[in-house]
Amino acid sequence: MNTTILLFLLQDGITNGAVYALLGLALVLVFAVTRVILIPQGEFVTYGALSYAMLATGQVPGTAQLAVAMGLAAFGLDLFFARKALHVRLALRSAALNIVFPVALLAVTYKVAGPATPMAVNIALALLIVAAIGLFLYRIAFQPIAHTSVLVLLIASVGCHLALQGLGLVFFGAEGLRGPALSNAAVTAGPLRFTGQSLAVYGLTVAFIVGLWLFFGYTRMGKALRATAVNRLGARLVGIRTTLSGQIAFLLASVIGAISGILIVPITTLYYDTGFLIGLKGFIAAIIGGLVSYPLTAVAAILVGIVEAFSSFYASNFKEVIVFTLILPVLVLRSLAAPAVEEEKD
Amino acid sequence: MSALLSVADVHISYGKVEAVRGVSLEVATNEIVTIIGANGAGKTTLLNAIMGVLPLKGRTSFAGTDMAPLDIEDRVATGLSLVPEHRELFGTMNVEDNLELGAFRIAKSVAANSLERVYALFPRLKERRKQLAGTLSGGEQQMLAMGRALMGAPKLLMLDEPSLGLAPIIVADIFRTVGELRAAGVSVLLVEQNAQAALQIADRAYVMELGEFVLEGSAKDIASNKRVAASYLGFQHEGESAV
Repeated sequence: MNTTILLFLLQDGITNGAVYALLGLALVLVFAVTRVILIPQGEFVTYGALSYAMLATGQVPGTAQLAVAMGLAAFGLDLFFARKALHVRLALRSAALNIVFPVALLAVTYKVAGPATPMAVNIALALLIVAAIGLFLYRIAFQPIAHTSVLVLLIASVGCHLALQGLGLVFFGAEGLRGPALSNAAVTAGPLRFTGQSLAVYGLTVAFIVGLWLFFGYTRMGKALRATAVNRLGARLVGIRTTLSGQIAFLLASVIGAISGILIVPITTLYYDTGFLIGLKGFIAAIIGGLVSYPLTAVAAILVGIVEAFSSFYASNFKEVIVFTLILPVLVLRSLAAPAVEEEKD
Repeated sequence: MSALLSVADVHISYGKVEAVRGVSLEVATNEIVTIIGANGAGKTTLLNAIMGVLPLKGRTSFAGTDMAPLDIEDRVATGLSLVPEHRELFGTMNVEDNLELGAFRIAKSVAANSLERVYALFPRLKERRKQLAGTLSGGEQQMLAMGRALMGAPKLLMLDEPSLGLAPIIVADIFRTVGELRAAGVSVLLVEQNAQAALQIADRAYVMELGEFVLEGSAKDIASNKRVAASYLGFQHEGESAV
């Protein structure tokens, strides 16, 4: 191997690793706040990427209709659970979020969708659609069982993943899609060529990490999310609604997933089920970070990306095997280092 | 005397075991009320149920509002606050963040004033405001738990065993502060095993045994009750045996 190949592989690995880092951070965030291991994170990636790709061809993606359907279900659940203490303000607020928002989104999408729609509008629409789906997914699938064990939440999470993946096949078909690049500019540095797309990946990853750090460190809502993660009862006793924390965590996770998807869909062809594998790699990083540490997760994600790049060069048939095998020594070490703990009740 | 908190005929069960049986109590505005009793009498269960942490059967109303349909977060918003037995602090966050979150439902401008008041009440917390809550001593954690509850400007503060596991000198400090709260317009419902200290600062007292109130009255009367003196205060009146 010569230096040029080494540098190419490193560059490739870091670009992919940056995306895994975003996904890993979202997984850690959701787990810390809601104790849900977010398997459908990969579907947020696919939905974001393919909605964007379809919008770019001038079509209205099925995800826009899905958001409306899920909004209706969420509204129904809101009314049902508040039936004993229902008042008009609550019903109106729920209707605004769960019905008006997705219906307006669908209407705007139908109105502006076309081959000539500016890229920024397509990106915004794809992000909003996936954000709505993420928010409603929490309301429908996880909020009613928020108090159950991690295992129950995990099973629900797998169910959501399967359902969303199946719907993905309906919406996007079995053929892969590729989206237009954010920028066609390129910079050459020595033997390396940085495309505008990969620079956007780095830039957005760093921006998101800094943004999340500011949000969690300096805003009241960010601190409330951390508080919910540290002590759920304590958080409730100061009046922080764990459902609100959960909704915000899912909202962030779905937006992060969709952004990751939009960033990679110009680089590789995505299929309706590709997101799962991408999400799993973020999950490997999150596990290496123990599902608690954000910095460790980010570093591990870069490592996962680099290992993936090298193994696809040397043993491309075993690429996934090698990447997922990374988790084994980590689990062994972690199980040796930490004594068995009873699952926390609350 | 208008009741701020009123609890009538409350039953609380853990599965088939009834831990609290038909208890009624009232706390008036600007009053300090204590519930004393031995370990396992149901005092903590009762406080948790009033806060909404545990489900209960019976009627509870606070500041004229029926509490039944409200969950914990809504009860906090009505001005009811619980400092739980295990304090439930945010251990990996610093003292000031813990306090700020105590004012989660309060406007930021008001919260700044509350922070100054809490620091005046507990100067120790100000010294340690950048320290992580989990690294504080037991007494400081209790002060932080009370401070965090006070940040929400409660009308009624419910304290569960604030003296638990603390050195006597700290306990005296905590109880003095509880006494001062009345001046700040906060009523207190205090659950304690340390009956002597609790009866000294309280206006009225309830004695709880095996899930029921067996005695109630002014703190003075309760303190001079022979049975209470023998069982909870650790001394007997001359020439008489404990009943």
